[in-house]
Amino acid sequence: MNLITALARLLIFPGLLFAVPAAWFFLWVERKAVALMQERIGPPFMQPFFDFVKLLAKSTPPRRGIGGMLMRAWPLLAVSGAAGAVGLLPVLPSSGGFEGDLILLLALLELPSMCIIAAGFSSRSIFGEIGSAREAALSVSYNIVFLLAIVSVAASQHTFRLEMLAALPASPLRWLGIAAILVCLPAKLHINPFSLPNAEQEIYAGPMTEYAGPELAMWELSHGLEWVAGAGLVATLAAPHVAIGWLAATLFIVLSFVLVLLLSTLAAATARLAIDTTVRFYWQCTLIFAVLAISSALFMRFRS
Amino acid sequence: MNLWKRLICTCRRRSPWLFHMNSGSCNGCDIELVAALSPRYDAEQLGVRLEGSPRHADIVCVTGPVTRNAVAAIKTVYGQVCHPKAVVAIGSCPATTNVFIDSRTLAGPLDKHIPVDVFVPGCPPRPDAIIQGVAKAAEILAEREMKPAETELPPTVEEARP
Ligand code: SF4
Repeated sequence: MNLITALARLLIFPGLLFAVPAAWFFLWVERKAVALMQERIGPPFMQPFFDFVKLLAKSTPPRRGIGGMLMRAWPLLAVSGAAGAVGLLPVLPSSGGFEGDLILLLALLELPSMCIIAAGFSSRSIFGEIGSAREAALSVSYNIVFLLAIVSVAASQHTFRLEMLAALPASPLRWLGIAAILVCLPAKLHINPFSLPNAEQEIYAGPMTEYAGPELAMWELSHGLEWVAGAGLVATLAAPHVAIGWLAATLFIVLSFVLVLLLSTLAAATARLAIDTTVRFYWQCTLIFAVLAISSALFMRFRS
Repeated sequence: MNLWKRLICTCRRRSPWLFHMNSGSCNGCDIELVAALSPRYDAEQLGVRLEGSPRHADIVCVTGPVTRNAVAAIKTVYGQVCHPKAVVAIGSCPATTNVFIDSRTLAGPLDKHIPVDVFVPGCPPRPDAIIQGVAKAAEILAEREMKPAETELPPTVEEARP
């Protein structure tokens, strides 16, 4: 991947120029789906954009010292992590990439939730700390399944390169992996039934309690970008390989949209689970599938 | 620059986030505020969102006749909302202390303590009246200057922490 393609991917497609409007669109879909399920009309189409600009134009409370600097830095770091993850997705055929970019993608996808944990603790609000502790517990439980699922997909197809993975035909094992990723996505995106860290009204706004104005706008944006990255990862893994650029892009967008719609409907239809139920769900029910997936992937690898 | 200002104006008007503050209300007004967000009235069409944290909010909705205990809390919460902000007093209680007038446990009405932008009268007011009040407050909010006025300085860190 040379510098120009890398920049084009990061800044234009599927990077910032595409990802930011897509993030707003997915945030709107999330709210609209809830509204429709409750037989409401719901927010207007431009709502996430209005919220974003309004928050940008609000003041923030004065923050002093290192703690204040950190509080300003976390949301920016989260946005850049999520944007980088979107930029790495191999949407267009032969768009470049390098050996091991899957690992980089996983690291970047993890960055926003790390930032959320740190943000809650550095805001020194009691609700922020409770939210962060919940986020940490949640992240420890779903990440094992998430990582095992992705590693099993990669191991079964003998590559850690995203482009190769997207180009290879899907095997049954890959579908198992995709299913496991899908189970983890609601927790990764903090939506119902796993909306524990930012449990609205229950612990105020969780790690975000002390954030205001532009910082909060960045958190909203990073949440939207996480939607794009998470749904996009599944879409690129599940989509059949097409050689034509615009067709591949359309397929990617349609598949991500369907996924977002599904996940938002799930979020609207379920209530928040308690933390112990959530942790038990991931450790007891889904871990077994992930272990099964990875052991069969390794087994197949040794046989071939 | 002018275009940016107009954009901000529109966005503020279209996305008022509320923080609900109960200052000793009988719960009638609180129920009506919640009803305003329910499927029948659906205030989310105007971009209204009920926020858990005052830091995120633009409009503080105060219900109740302001008991003596609640004064400090109201002032703290008002200080925690970041500029620009507006206050909506819901019900007759915060406006006049209503049926509780002359009670020695009260320190109302509300505008003795914080500047109020919109009063929504009624005991309790109907949800449509509340929505109208919030929409009015959002319009007032949209015209607010970026710099806070003397009476509504941003909170200091000490003030903001309980
Ligand atoms: S205005 Fe009426 S309904 Fe509302 S809090 Fe006061 S007494 Fe209750």
